[in-house]
Amino acid sequence: MAEAKTSAKNRPLSPHLQIYRPTMTMMMSIVHRVTGAALYVGTLLLLWWLIAAAAGPNAYAGVQWFLETVIGRLILFGYTWAMIQHMLGGIRHLIWDTGRGLGPVEREWLTMATLVGSVGLTVIVWFIAYLMGGFR
Amino acid sequence: MSDHEPSSSMRTPMGRVRHLGAAHAGTKHFWHQRLTSVALVPLTIGAVILVLSLMGRNHAAVVQILGSTAVAIGLLLFVLVSAYHMWLGMQVIIEDYVHDELPKIAMLMGNTFFSCAVALTAVFAILKLSFGL
Repeated sequence: MAEAKTSAKNRPLSPHLQIYRPTMTMMMSIVHRVTGAALYVGTLLLLWWLIAAAAGPNAYAGVQWFLETVIGRLILFGYTWAMIQHMLGGIRHLIWDTGRGLGPVEREWLTMATLVGSVGLTVIVWFIAYLMGGFR
Repeated sequence: MSDHEPSSSMRTPMGRVRHLGAAHAGTKHFWHQRLTSVALVPLTIGAVILVLSLMGRNHAAVVQILGSTAVAIGLLLFVLVSAYHMWLGMQVIIEDYVHDELPKIAMLMGNTFFSCAVALTAVFAILKLSFGL
């Protein structure tokens, strides 16, 4: 059994990341997975905020203080961007699922669009939230 | 061993003994990931704008808005669908990178525990905000 395990580990592996020239679609595929994992952990911040609001004014003052520090604001901005980037990346995957947008020009264009779109939409969403009375 | 296994089967002897084959659930994971992703597009836009617009407001205002019926229902949908979606997604990440059986099973269990805990905690908080217990 031990022998079988060793020989399994010594099998040749197919080429992996390091031998390929990085492309935009590859990088944004990685970004999609990384943002997904970050959002997974980020739910803890959302939970902290929700529980604090449900617990009462004192608990809420704590999370509010944190979110108003520079670090808190940066995390919140990063969280917003990760959410929107993962959403746009997901929409791109849904388009690809229909068999559309897979040509060499379209796929690069779609991929760039998710990045430009996520940065732009993050700023727009923060501006809308400000207009609705947030951040004052 | 299955009694309707033909003698000309392509299965290896070890495969026959283990009697593992297709789980007949091959597309369910893929499909549910897509299903939840479509649902999450409007829910995410709503949730992000809602949460950010509440930043800086005092506790009473936040409780009043989060506890209102329409907002609470929207937020409940968002956290429940999100928890299921992230459970599916993290499962794929674990299966891609963790190959040793014991750590893999432990992490898949942890993923399920965490996702369920996130969903239940968020639901509890939102209901408490709505009903003011």
